[in-house]
Amino acid sequence: MNRWESDPILTVEHLTMRFGGLVAIDDLSFSVGRGDITAIIGPNGAGKTTVFNCVTGFYKPTEGRIAIALDKADAETLERLTAGGQRMSEDRNILLLDRMPDFEIARDARVARTFQNIRLFGGMTVLENLFVAQHNKLMLASNYTIGGIFGLSRYRKGQDDALGRARYWLEQIDLIDRADDPAADLPYGAQRRLEIARAMCTGPKLLCLDEPAAGLNPRESAELNTLLRFIRDEHGISVLLIEHDMGVVMEISDHIVVLDYGEKISDGAADFVRHDPKVIAAYLGVEDEEVETPAEQGASG
Amino acid sequence: MGHMEYFTQQLINGVTLGSIYGLIAIGYTMVYGIIGMINFAHGDIFMVGSFVGLIALVVLGVSAATPFFLLILALLVVIAIAMALTAVWGWTVERIAYRPLRGSFRLAPLITAIGMSITLQNFVQISQGARVKPVQPIITGGYSLMEKDGFVVQISNIQIIIVVLTVILMAGFTTLISKTSLGRAQRACEQDARMASLLGINVDRTISLTFVMGAALAAVAGVMFVLYYGVIDFYIGFLAGVKAFTAAVLGGIGSLPGAMLGGLLIGLIETFWSAYFSIEYKDVAAFSILVIALIFLPSGLLGRPEVEKV
Repeated sequence: MNRWESDPILTVEHLTMRFGGLVAIDDLSFSVGRGDITAIIGPNGAGKTTVFNCVTGFYKPTEGRIAIALDKADAETLERLTAGGQRMSEDRNILLLDRMPDFEIARDARVARTFQNIRLFGGMTVLENLFVAQHNKLMLASNYTIGGIFGLSRYRKGQDDALGRARYWLEQIDLIDRADDPAADLPYGAQRRLEIARAMCTGPKLLCLDEPAAGLNPRESAELNTLLRFIRDEHGISVLLIEHDMGVVMEISDHIVVLDYGEKISDGAADFVRHDPKVIAAYLGVEDEEVETPAEQGASG
Repeated sequence: MGHMEYFTQQLINGVTLGSIYGLIAIGYTMVYGIIGMINFAHGDIFMVGSFVGLIALVVLGVSAATPFFLLILALLVVIAIAMALTAVWGWTVERIAYRPLRGSFRLAPLITAIGMSITLQNFVQISQGARVKPVQPIITGGYSLMEKDGFVVQISNIQIIIVVLTVILMAGFTTLISKTSLGRAQRACEQDARMASLLGINVDRTISLTFVMGAALAAVAGVMFVLYYGVIDFYIGFLAGVKAFTAAVLGGIGSLPGAMLGGLLIGLIETFWSAYFSIEYKDVAAFSILVIALIFLPSGLLGRPEVEKV
């Protein structure tokens, strides 16, 4: 059985997002397997970014349930929480993202995200960007700044840990030499890598990347693939990404979800999706009637 | 009377006044930086701070006769009380008048800010009375620096306290903003609150803390105002507030060093104008600077030009 069925970290069920009369996402359900790289693909305007915005709390979904299972999927607890109107289980394993504000999704549900357009803190240094991502840990360590002022040892340890983590990720993305430069001064490809490093510094379990390969040259794209695999294999982080670059998607994805006009048209492993006539139709613009094989087979199989 | 001596005296007075403006201006500039609104109630927060300080001075029975060390201790206690209570006021104003309107159209919080300003003034007017509140000089004495033709250049102890305290607070505050995690979170919210939120930063709380800090600094300015001028009323927040706002604009609104520099400049301009031209028109001078700054230097002396967020 696939990981996205046996032990999903993220389950999206019957997600609907309407903006006035416009239905951006219509009754969408999919899961993200723990430790998988999952890609959401689809033509422009298919609703991919809207899904991200719902998962990360930028939008409140009109309908539907979005749940994360930090350690182990647990359908029973999930149902209990849903019925009881709670946000998270006592052990903080299951969290209902559609009930949480965005900073709690980042802090407690440990979902990190990057954007299609780079959103670094340009006026701050590379290192500061990575420190901001560790704000909650540092605030705790500094007793909400009070301890920090008096230089308590716990604060210094927290500071050292944060610096260590930042250095580690700077080494992974090959930017250790530019730690003290303003983030805005970095070249485009480096800014993209820094965004991923910053997201990783929040200590996520699920990393959501919105078109991480956009604007990268082939060499940078290849480096990105290596970085994403490293994040998955060495850190066990589940990755959910939106991508247009099919080279990247087909090469690294364990699982692909295809959207078109806010609905799921295909869902499965890369090989399955690649040959799904519905997907081919959506990408090449063939009329729906000409497509013979229903995609639902793949979704349930 | 020597020109040099007169000039020096005015310089001392101007720097003192500028320190008070600078402390208030920081509240304007930080709030503008983080949520892009002018908190017109901030001047009245300063006024509340001065009243809290005055009441604390009276309750503790501080007077010029208090022995030196006790006096210093009492002043520190008064400043701490004023900072704490005024911070609560600042926090409350943000919580009830601005936060519910976040995401509303830009003019909405400006209007409630003016409403809060009037509310605070009326509250103090009713609860403390409308008459001016004089207080006997508490910190007396000073030093004569030079003398010529009978004109003595003096720096009083309270002037020294004001300037030294301001320098300490501003240094501490700059460190807080540039070096601590709290300051980094504030700068992050300033640049991109949504992104900061997605990194797990509680943006609402960070904004609240900004109001708390601004109010605490304004409270110090308020206590210094009481000690320096010896008289306050419920209306002092208006003029001091608008001048501190002018200082923030002149320095470059959103910029912390800009607020300090702007405060100093406005204090100096006002003092020198009064000394050399006309004391009646000192406010006109200060506000002309505001107009000139807005026309010719809209991003201020140290402000960054508005960068389009992509």
